[in-house]
Amino acid sequence: MTILDISKISKRFGGLQAVDQISFSVAEGEVVGLIGPNGSGKSTTLSLIMGVVRPDTGSIKFQGHEIAGHATHAIAKRGMAMVFQHSRPLHRQTVLENIKLALLPDTIFQLFTGRQIEEQARNAARRVGLEDVLDQRPDSLPFADLRRLELAKALAADPAILLLDEPFAGLAPSETREFSELIVSMRDAGQAIVLVDHNVKAVSGLVDRIVAMDAGQKIAEGTPEQVTSDEKVREVYFGKSLDTVEKTRERKHRVGEHRLLDVNIESVHYGRAEALRNIQLHVEEGEFVSVVGLNGSGKTTLFNSLLGFVAYQGDIQWDGQSLRGKKPADIATGGIALCPETRELFTHMSVLENLELGGHALDNADRRAQVDRIFELFPRLRERAKQSAFTLSGGEQQMLTIGRALMQKPRLLLLDEPTLGLAPLVIENISDALDKLQQDSGLTVLLAEQNLTFAVQHSNRIYLIETGSLQWNGAADRFSEEVGADIL
Amino acid sequence: MNRTWFDWRTGVVVLAFAATACLPWFVSGYWLGVLTISSYVAVYAMAWDLLFGYGGEVNFGPTFLIGLGAYGAGMSNTFLGWPVWVSIPVGTLAAVIGGLALVGPALRLKGPYFGLVTLVAVLLLSQVINMFAGYTGGEIGLALRDILTISSTGNFYYAFGLMTITALVLRILVRSPLGLILEASGQDTTATEALGFSVTKFKILAFVISAFFSGLAGAMTVFYFGTASPGTVVAVAVTIQIIIATIIGGRRSIIGSILGAVFLIVAGEFLRPVGQLSSTLVAVLALLVLVFAPNGFISVFGARRERKA
Ligand SMILES: Nc1ncnc2c1ncn2[C@@H]1O[C@H](COP(=O)(O)OP(=O)(O)OP(=O)(O)O)[C@@H](O)[C@H]1O
Ligand SMILES: [Mg+2]
Repeated sequence: MTILDISKISKRFGGLQAVDQISFSVAEGEVVGLIGPNGSGKSTTLSLIMGVVRPDTGSIKFQGHEIAGHATHAIAKRGMAMVFQHSRPLHRQTVLENIKLALLPDTIFQLFTGRQIEEQARNAARRVGLEDVLDQRPDSLPFADLRRLELAKALAADPAILLLDEPFAGLAPSETREFSELIVSMRDAGQAIVLVDHNVKAVSGLVDRIVAMDAGQKIAEGTPEQVTSDEKVREVYFGKSLDTVEKTRERKHRVGEHRLLDVNIESVHYGRAEALRNIQLHVEEGEFVSVVGLNGSGKTTLFNSLLGFVAYQGDIQWDGQSLRGKKPADIATGGIALCPETRELFTHMSVLENLELGGHALDNADRRAQVDRIFELFPRLRERAKQSAFTLSGGEQQMLTIGRALMQKPRLLLLDEPTLGLAPLVIENISDALDKLQQDSGLTVLLAEQNLTFAVQHSNRIYLIETGSLQWNGAADRFSEEVGADIL
Repeated sequence: MNRTWFDWRTGVVVLAFAATACLPWFVSGYWLGVLTISSYVAVYAMAWDLLFGYGGEVNFGPTFLIGLGAYGAGMSNTFLGWPVWVSIPVGTLAAVIGGLALVGPALRLKGPYFGLVTLVAVLLLSQVINMFAGYTGGEIGLALRDILTISSTGNFYYAFGLMTITALVLRILVRSPLGLILEASGQDTTATEALGFSVTKFKILAFVISAFFSGLAGAMTVFYFGTASPGTVVAVAVTIQIIIATIIGGRRSIIGSILGAVFLIVAGEFLRPVGQLSSTLVAVLALLVLVFAPNGFISVFGARRERKA
């Protein structure tokens, strides 16, 4: 039985037709995938269904009732829940309180929580595997747990339909498998699901049907096989990604003999917890080195130590000089640029302003030339040059983050999960761009990734990090046989 | 919320309240007066913190609500000749209506933009007071026919009682599921709506409650002084006092607001001998507190729930 029936919904933002006459339907117990390039309107479509954004035209029928243009809370109460692309927990409340919130009735006459709500909240936490961190505050949780929390909130009230916006983004393969199992169990319980994600492998394995979008329009619909073999979808979304098997790219650039970075961290502590222990790692000039590991294994902490954001015991040598005690700003001007996992964009500034700020140390002519180079790399950013960063789609924000780091013209580029939320074709473009940068300007790259395919493809060498210490390191082409592609 | 309702901190607070209630037997009328004013300022601060600390509303105009309560009560006493116990509810009602008027802009505007609206609201109120000086007493103030009582002990108990009730009501509120929804609405409207809460309803509630206590305290304040004047209930200086009290006490903490208010008023009294300089000195002192305890006094007691684990 059809539970959600969307017919010809459209949404315009200023001069941009973000969603253009989209129609599809979802049946009870069905999982529908929504795929498409970055900025093609997938998140906007989910927001239209949830009532967060009002459709300009079109009809949305949920369990037979017209809901287009209704208030979000009214739609939610009919039995719809949404997991947003970015986690939005209450930071001052505990995990348990965050989940309880999702269960409370919408009335001002409640001064005490019933035992039943407490019970339900604990159950939801157990289902997603959060039972051990119920009393912690969200800002102390690793990324994957934050996504679990969002999922717990969404499924706590047992909605009839669940809209999931990139539930797998930023998750390691093993975590992705766990989440997939959870989604299957929800489907088996009769819940309908609309799923947006760029992890096509995970999506294909889960969904009954895929709807593909491009530039706001539906370009294909059908079974996963039908859609992934569709000519148009391949052209605008997949690129060559479905054909390339996991192998290292052919590398034409030369790796120098000069040791650019030499890390020798004895330990890093957050309060009583030890985040890193005995990290020895080095990067030669012109090299591409990856640090791979699960969420919370210490990759981001390593980067933060390199940039002087956290205190560490031990030493880090940059170009023959110790970085100990140096300020982050000096380290950055010394030639290290970070592309952070959390993006840290200047959200109320335009795309162009963000880029210009990244290149503030360059002279005017140089800066303009560099902006042009970034725009060539990410043509989408040129189209959005005047738009404020916070209205960009998730993938567009990621492009801007990478672009801003490159604006510094660094000698060493630190990339923290750069493929997060990016469409396959864009990842391919970034791959090409990194190759080119390394060839032309001898850029050195240190990458932190969970996307093993991406890491193995590009790296000369790989370090594997587990719960704060190094477990393995060696040449990238030895990784699969010695460690195994399933490790994460 | 899963913390037990009654832990040792609660015990300390209850003891402190009980001890304060015994003060009339030990301290002079002068100090009772100081504590009376402190109590009223504490209520202003708690009511303001409900919107700012818990509700996430940048309200730069607490004196809009307080002033409505004060002048509503004062004018109904002076011109309509209504007795104190009728005038106070009239003033409170005026404040609640004012609070409701702020809900619309609060839902539509974010952060500093809403702040601007509240500033304009205060400005409008003081303009009106000046324009209709014949009814309001203008800059000089409005002399009331009645006062609460002439006894300093009586006045102290009225103020202290109001403060205690306000603290209790607000504590129950912010620890309840309702408080959780209120805070959620303040932090992320869209996400809260998506969980099925009509944020409008909860915003209305927050503004009504804040306005109720602000207005009630404002009304009682003028019946304590016997006059309603812009300097005591509308002026920017009063707003600043409320904001400083809340922040140095500890944002998002009821006891914090009380501590901040008492500190501010008592410190002001001690510094009275230095004359004009005293308010500057108090401000410097407040800044020092913030440098050493950024989350306010209350963080010193480890009661902050905002600290990182
Ligand atoms: N409030 C807004 N104002 C202007 N433009 C917007 C706004 N919200 C979204 N857009 C634009 O609409 C387009 C569609 O955005 P949307 O977030 O739906 O993309 P998406 O398909 O989810 O992309 P991604 O895969 O990168 O998350 C984007 O180009 C984005 O820049
Ligand atoms: Mg999106």
